[in-house]
This record gives sequence, structure tokens and C-alpha cells, in this order.
Amino acid sequence: MDLQIALLLGQDGIVNGAIYGLMAVALVLVFSVTRVIFIPQGEFVAFGALTMAMMQTGKVPTTLWLLLVVALMSLAADVWRTWRGETVNWGATCLWSVVVPVAAAVLALLVQPSALMLQALTTLCIVTPLGPLMYRLVYRPIADASVLLLLIVSVAMHGVMVGLGLLFFGAEGSRTPAFSEAQFQLGDLSISGQSLVVVGVALLLVLLLYAFFEGSMVGKALRATAINRVGARLVGVPTALAGDVSFALAALIGAVSGLLIAPLTTIYYDTGFLIGLKGFVAAIVAGLASYPLALAGALLVGLLEAFSSFWASAYKEVLVFTLIIPVLWWRSRSSHHVEEDES
Amino acid sequence: MNRLAKLGFVATMLAAACSAVWADINVGVVVSTTGPAASLGIPEKNTVALLPTTIGGQKVNYIILDDASDTTAAVANTRKLISESKADVIIGSSTTPNSLAMIDVVAENKTPMVTLGASARIISPMDAKKAWVFKTPQNDAMMAEAIAESMAKSGVKTAAYIGFNDAYGEGWQQEFKKAAEARGIKIVATEAFSRTDTSVTGQALKIMAAKPDAVLVGGSGTPAALPEKTLKERGYKGKYYQTHGVANADFLRVGGKDVEGTLLPAGPVLVAHQLPDSHPVKKSAVAYVESYEAKYGKGSAATFGAHLWDAAQVLGAAVPEALKKAQPGTEAFRTALRDAMENVKGIAGAHGVFSMSPTDHLGIQHGVVMVKIENGTWKYTP
Repeated sequence: MDLQIALLLGQDGIVNGAIYGLMAVALVLVFSVTRVIFIPQGEFVAFGALTMAMMQTGKVPTTLWLLLVVALMSLAADVWRTWRGETVNWGATCLWSVVVPVAAAVLALLVQPSALMLQALTTLCIVTPLGPLMYRLVYRPIADASVLLLLIVSVAMHGVMVGLGLLFFGAEGSRTPAFSEAQFQLGDLSISGQSLVVVGVALLLVLLLYAFFEGSMVGKALRATAINRVGARLVGVPTALAGDVSFALAALIGAVSGLLIAPLTTIYYDTGFLIGLKGFVAAIVAGLASYPLALAGALLVGLLEAFSSFWASAYKEVLVFTLIIPVLWWRSRSSHHVEEDES
Repeated sequence: MNRLAKLGFVATMLAAACSAVWADINVGVVVSTTGPAASLGIPEKNTVALLPTTIGGQKVNYIILDDASDTTAAVANTRKLISESKADVIIGSSTTPNSLAMIDVVAENKTPMVTLGASARIISPMDAKKAWVFKTPQNDAMMAEAIAESMAKSGVKTAAYIGFNDAYGEGWQQEFKKAAEARGIKIVATEAFSRTDTSVTGQALKIMAAKPDAVLVGGSGTPAALPEKTLKERGYKGKYYQTHGVANADFLRVGGKDVEGTLLPAGPVLVAHQLPDSHPVKKSAVAYVESYEAKYGKGSAATFGAHLWDAAQVLGAAVPEALKKAQPGTEAFRTALRDAMENVKGIAGAHGVFSMSPTDHLGIQHGVVMVKIENGTWKYTP
């Protein structure tokens, strides 16, 4: 291996690591706020990428129908809850069940965008509300269940979403055109514009999330919920709303990752699972708690993957997923086990 | 209608149904229309609708069951077809593992079977059980030979292989190694990738460092496009080869301009209309493509469905012979059918000309052509 190969592999590792980093951030976010280990996170990547690809072939993305059906189901659930005398936050319900789905339908059916950026926006409008709607339909009724039960439900949701993906997009994969066709020459190294877009957008998204958590009221409420759910509820933070927001952010991050990675590789209905799983390894490195550590873990996973694909391509996945064992061993030694305190 | 009349009606219908089942030839079809092998099984199932409904003056019933690409289901379906539907012959299944598992069942019940799986292991080495098994798809070894020969002809001295991290990729690696080394082509790099990989940069760089004259990608369907795209992106200038596993329209869609000029071996049916009139398979291959596309739309014909069509061609030649000896639905008929299939000679199908013998239950000739991807279409290269 000479320096040039090492640089090329490093570049590949950083680009993939950026995507895994976004996955890891979303997983940490959802887990710390709702205690859900969100296995279907990767499916949003595939849904985002393939929705975009479908629009580019001139078809109305089939995910739109899923969104409309799920929105109606969620609306019906809230009407039923009101009828039973529970309090329903109609502002949030209107936003996720009516406003965004209608906007998505208008964009996809009437505007039928041909410009790349508008297509990306439509994709985000279709995929993002799927997150909060999934939370409302599936996780909210069991919000106080144990982490294990939430995990089992997540695994089931993963199975459902992969099956729907096969139904919507078929077994064969798709690619989308790059956001940037530019090529930069840096000494021996050529850097594609798309890889800069990936790293740039990932960094931007992370900075925006940082600003959101530090600066905004909703962000602070999310942090409060993450630190102590009961305490947050006592001081008046609506924790169900926090679930909505964290799932919306997770779906948004997933869809953006899908848009970023679709020009780099072929995406299939089931590609998302492996991407999400590698993000999960990174999140585990961070103990499902720390955002900066999750990003560092993602970079580690990306680089490890790139270099092991060069040295021992047949054992690449083995090497990446084996990483989790020493990390867990070290974590179990350096932190004392706390029994789950909310049950 | 009073109750008695109703009962009588039902009884008559049942009797009619039963007598129909006993008098007709029953063809049991087991294919994988769902699961990972669905892209093979769906065109195979579609092809059944194009098959003749009478052979040698006898009505033929086709009973199709899906095995969901699962070995256990394939065996269970085979048993069901033989015991409940009284199948005289089984066609299927779509994949090698499923077909291998079905051999025991058909041999035990003395029912002939025509497999659509590719591996030579299904029919060789010949023994008492495999005597009941016939096969229409070309062996992988024949395809690997065609690639090695094409490489040798164009002066390739060193080659690299990058294939799926599974049985498909490993099988191809072995066959290609054998074929290439027999022609003095040195394999300088062997890499693996998986269907769901999002990046193969590492493998591509390793291959480029070995500086081979040609690269063979051992993958199937759209995932096989990724290594070729990555190598093109990194500026690899050698020759590109793919296997017949990519011979579907989706590969061309995803590959786009990056797969231009790629060579691959395939059954003649892929380029049926471009074959010279003198090619012995042209007429039968065109007949398949036209009847399939007339029913399912232009450009819909896939090479996988043609294997089932070929199985029916062999059956069409053998059934009249067997009918001379026994009645359908009996063991004597099934044995006679097996013997007749073993003796079919010169039957032109969509993938080649079949001449079976007691030692060779494939017996395919003119079964491989080299195809080049040009302007986003398959181009026949003699």
C-alpha cells in the first residue's frame, strides 16, 4: 500500500463515515429521548433515496400513498382519543397528519418537480412525517414499556418497512444523479464534488442540531426529557411531543442521508438496514449517549470498513461488526451498571 | 333446487373433476416467485401461461406452486404435487439448492423432474437417483469457458476476479480459475463484495494495483454494476466482463454509460433477433421472445423464463413417445416418460439444442453466445 491508496481509502472511509455518523446521531437522539432503540432508522435512508429515484423516472412516488394512509390512520387515532376524553395536542396532530402530507401531495402530484433541489424537498416532505406518524401509531401507546419491549417492536417495524420497501420499489436498485459533478485535484488525490457535498451537508446538519439543542426552547425540552423524563414532565415538558420531534428529526436525518448516498452507490429496498446497523455500531461506541463520541465512532467504522475492504474484502463486515465486542467489554468495565429506573 | 338435486350436482362435478385429473397429464411446477430468487421465478411462472395445453392429443394441466426461494418449501411442494396432484413430471425449482433437495423426493416416487437450476452438480455425477433428473440451463462451467476463451482470443494475459461474497461468487471463482488457467491466463487478484455493499473502493484499488488486462465481475442483477462503476470512476482502462447473471434490463438501467463495452456470456435467447439465420437456435429463440412479449409487453422477456420454456420443449418431444407405452397417472407412464426424455435428440429450445443421453441429462449444444453491451442494449458478438 502506498500513500495514494491510503489517501483514497481514507477519503472513502470519511465519506461513508459521515453517513454512518448521521445515522448514529439519529439513533442516539431517539434513544435518549424515547428509550427506543430505533432499528428501522436505515429504512428511512432507502425510502429517501428510492423516493427520489422514482420521481426522477417520472413516476409518482408510491411512498406518498403510504404517507397519506398512515396520516389518516394517525388522525383517526387522535379523534378516537379525544372521544375517549384524553387530551390531544391538535397543533402537532394538524402539522404531521394534515399540513405536511398535504404539502407533499401537492408537490408530488401537482408540481411534479423536475429540478433536483425541488425533488429533494418533495422527498423530505414525504419521508420526514413518516417518523412522527410511526411514533404516534406504534410507540406512543407503549411509551412507558421496557426498553426490551420497545426494541422488539423496533425489530418488527424494521420487518414491516423492508417488506413495504420491496412492495413499493421492487427488488432491483436505483441510483440518482449527483448534486455536484465537480472534480478537484489535490496533489495526487482527486476529490469528487459529491463527496464534498456529503461531508459538508453532514457537518452542517450536525451544527444545526447543536444550535437547535443549545438555543431553541424545543431543543432544550428534548434535552430535559433525555436527561430525566419524569422530571421533565413535572416541570411541564410534554414528553409525547418530545417523542414526535425526535422521530421527525430521525426521519429527516435518514432521508437526507439517503439523498446524499444515492448518487454514490446503488440503493436497494433493503440497503438501509446495513447502513443503519453500522450507524448503530458507532452509536454503541458512544454508549448511546454522547453525540461527539458517536460521530467519532462513525468515522472509525467508516475508516475500518474502507481499509478492511482493501486488505481482506471477504471479511469486511466481520471486522466492522467485531468492533462492537471490545467496545462493549471496555464499556462494561468502565461504567457501573444502572438498573432501569423507569418501569 | 332441492337438497338432493344440489347433492347430485356436487357429486357430478366432483366426479367430472376427478376423471379429468386422472385422464390428463399433470405437470407440477415449483418455482421461486417470492424471496431472493424472485427475479428468476417470476418470468418462469409467466412462461407457464405460454405453454401448450395439449401434448400428443392429451390435455395438460399445469399446477404451479411457489417455494419462496426456500429449500424446505421446495421439498414440501414437490411431495404435495406428487401425492395430491398426481403429477407425472415436475419442473423446477429455480435455484440449485432447492433443486438438489428435491432430487430425493422425485427419485423415491419415481417421477421425472426437469430442473431450472444452473449448477452441474444437480445432474452429475450420474447415479440411480439423478437418473430421474434432467436440466435445461447451461452449466456455469460452460459460461466460464466462454469467458476464458473470449479473453484468450483478445490477448488477455492476466485477469482479476471480483465476485459476490456467497455461493454464486465462489462457484464462479472456481469455474473461472479452472477455465482461465487452462488457457494460460493468470489470475492476479481475487476480491469479494456483498450485494448490499455501498462502497467497493478498497477492492477496486487492490485490483488496479495488480494491473490485470481484464476484470470479471461475478455478480447477478443490479448489484453487479457497482464494482464496474467504481473501477471506471478510478480510471481502470482494461476489459470488463460480467456473468450471465446480469442479463436483465435493470442492470442496463443502473449501469448506464459505465457498463458500455462490457462482455458477457449468455443464452442465445438474449439476442434472439440478432442471431444469424443459420444459427440453429434462432427460430425457436425468436418464437419464445415473441410469444412472451405478445403477452407481457415489449422488452419484458428474460432469459430465466426461457429455461422453463426449454423444459416444456423437451417434454413436448418425450410425452408422445411415453403415451405409446402407458396411460398418464401411472408409474409405468412416468418411467416411460423418463426413458423418452433421456432419448430426445436435436430439440431446439430458446437456449440451445438439446440431445440427451443416459450419461448427459443436459446435452445442450449451441447454448452460449458472447454478448456486448452497446448503446444500452445487448449486442450479439460472434
